[in-house]
Amino acid sequence: MKRLKDILSGIYIGFIALILYAPILVLIVLSFNDSRSRVTWGGFTLNWYVTLFSNKQILEALVTTVILALASSAVAVLVGVPGALGIHAMSKKKYKAFMTLTNIPMLNADIVTGIALMLWLVHFIPLGFGSVLLAHITFNIPYVILSVMPRIQQMNVSVYEATRDLGAGPVYSFFKVLLPEIMPGIISGFFMAFTMSMDDFVITYFTKGAGVNTLSTLIYGQIRKGIKPEMYALSTLIFIFVSLILTAFNVFSEKRKAKTLKEYENY
Amino acid sequence: MSDVILQMENIDKSYDGKAILKDFNLEIGRNEFVTLLGPSGCGKSTILRIIGGFVNPDNGRVLFEGEDITHLPPEKRNVNTVFQKYSLFPHMNVAENIAFGLKLKKKSSAYIKDKIKYALKLVNLEGYEGRDTLSLSGGQQQRIAIARAIVNEPQVLLLDEPLGALDLKLRHEMQRELIKIKKEVGITFLYVTHDQEEALMMSDRIIVMNKGIIQQAGDSKSIYDEPQNAFVADFIGESNIIDGIMVKDLLVRIQGVDFACVDTGFGENNPVDVIIRPEDLEIVEADKGYLKGQVISVIFKGAYYEIKVKVDDYEWMIQSVNPAPVGDMVGLTIIPDNIQIMHKPVRADEEVAHDE
Repeated sequence: MKRLKDILSGIYIGFIALILYAPILVLIVLSFNDSRSRVTWGGFTLNWYVTLFSNKQILEALVTTVILALASSAVAVLVGVPGALGIHAMSKKKYKAFMTLTNIPMLNADIVTGIALMLWLVHFIPLGFGSVLLAHITFNIPYVILSVMPRIQQMNVSVYEATRDLGAGPVYSFFKVLLPEIMPGIISGFFMAFTMSMDDFVITYFTKGAGVNTLSTLIYGQIRKGIKPEMYALSTLIFIFVSLILTAFNVFSEKRKAKTLKEYENY
Repeated sequence: MSDVILQMENIDKSYDGKAILKDFNLEIGRNEFVTLLGPSGCGKSTILRIIGGFVNPDNGRVLFEGEDITHLPPEKRNVNTVFQKYSLFPHMNVAENIAFGLKLKKKSSAYIKDKIKYALKLVNLEGYEGRDTLSLSGGQQQRIAIARAIVNEPQVLLLDEPLGALDLKLRHEMQRELIKIKKEVGITFLYVTHDQEEALMMSDRIIVMNKGIIQQAGDSKSIYDEPQNAFVADFIGESNIIDGIMVKDLLVRIQGVDFACVDTGFGENNPVDVIIRPEDLEIVEADKGYLKGQVISVIFKGAYYEIKVKVDDYEWMIQSVNPAPVGDMVGLTIIPDNIQIMHKPVRADEEVAHDE
C-alpha cells in the first residue's frame, strides 16, 4: 500500500518536473546539436558556443547585463537598507503604509512600470545605459527592503542600546553591531536584486533607448530576424547561471534558517 | 542621606499625551541597593531609561554627583545597564562581549584580559571566554550581561528586570548571587522589578510606584509591615483590606466589633482602611474569637493552608499551618500589633490596582 503511494507520488512529481523543465531541456539539447534543424539530431557539437563567444555584440550585451545587475543591486542595497531601518523606526500605522507602498511596485505589471519609468526618465536624461540603471535600481529597492526587514525585526532593540550604554557612539554602534546583525538579510537582498535585474526584459526594453542592449533585449531583437542556434547556447548559459545563483541563495538561507532555529532553542 | 550620587528632579514624561511620570523626584545614595517596584506601566522602566540616557524627560533634570547629565548621550554617562533580556551581541563570543566597553576605552589587552577573567569569576562562569553567546542558557546570558556591564566600573549599575525571563528556581539563585556581586564590587545598584518577593529580598531601600507616582519608600521591613495605603498593602504580599471606623486613638471598629490597635492620630469616628496580613489572623473555637464566621474554602499551598472565612459579607483570607473543616463555624483573633490602619485613598493611584 505504502509502495503504491510512493510510486504514485513519484509519478506526480515527475510529471510536474517534466512540464516545468522539458522545454528547457530541449533548449539545452539543441544548443549542442550539430544541425540547424530543430527536429533532427546532427550529432554533438560545441560550435554554437564558439560562435557565441566570437560574437562581439553578444559579449558586449553580456558585459552590460552583468554590470547593470551588479551596479543596480549595489545601489539598491545602499538606498534600501537605510530605508528599511527608517521604516522600521516608524509608528505602526506609518510602518504599514510604507510597507504597502514598498510592495506595490513588485506586484505592479512590468509593462506599466516600464512605460511609466520611460516617460518619467526621458524628462531628465537621454535614454541609454543611465536610464536603464536608474530603472533597475528603482525596481530593485523593494526587494532589498523586503529581505532586510525581517532581520531588523528579529533584532532586539536592547542589543543596539547596549552598545551605546557601553560607550559606543551611534556610528560605531551601527557598523560594529547593527550591520553584522542584518548582514544575512542584506546579502540575500543583494542576490535577489541581482537575479531580478538579470531576468528583466520588459522594463529594460522600454527604458534602454537605442544602442544599449542587455542579453534579454538582444535575444529578442535577434529572434525577429530568425532564431540562430547560438541563441540556444546563450539561453542555456543564462539558465545555468541564474540556477547557480538561486541554488547558492537557497543554500545560504537554509543555513541561516538552521542558525535562527538554534537561536530559538536557546530561548 | 549625606552622600547622594544620583538625583532626579521634577521629572515629567509622557508618551502620546499619556503621562507616565509626573513631577518625579528621587535621590539615590552611594553604594545603595535601591529597587523600583511596581506593576507594569507604572513608569519604573522609564526612570531607568532616563537615567541610562535612552529617553529624554519632557521636564526636569537628572544630576549625577551634582552634575547635570539630563541631555548627555548614553555613551557619555558613567552608568551601565543590564537589560531585560538577550542584549548580548550575537556575532561575538563571550570574551568579545565583555571586552566591548573596554576596547572602546582603549584599554591595554593585558588589562582587558585580566578584567574578563575577574568578571567571569565574579559571575561564576570561569573558562567561558571562547563560548558562543548563542550556546548559553538564559541565566548564563544574563550573567554575561552583568559581567559586561561591571567591567566598565560604572558608579551606578542599572538593572531592568534582569531576571524576568528566568524560571523561578534560577531566579532565586541569581538573586542571592546579585547580592553577593553587589557586596563584592561595592557600587550603587538601581534595580527595577515587578516581583515584590525579589524586591523584599535584595534591597536596602524599596520604592513602590503606581501610575508614575511614588507610593512609599523605605526598607523591606517597613514596606511590608507598615504599608501606607491600600495599593502598597495589596501589591506587597497578600492582605485583607477592610473598611473600619477609628473610634478613637488605639481603638478601631471592624464589622461592628471594637479592636484594640496601636495606631493614633486618625481622629475620632473617622472611616479608615484596615489592613491585616493573612498570616496574622488566628483561627480559634467559634465563641473564643473576636469575629465569628463560616469556613468556605481551604486550599493547600505547600507550606501553609489558605483558608477563607466568611464573616457577614466579607471573606477573610487566613494563612495557617493547620487546616479547618469547610462549613465549620470558627472564631478569628488578632493581636493589636498586627492591625494596620490607613487613611482612605484620596487619589486613584493609591487604590488597590485592578487588572485592566
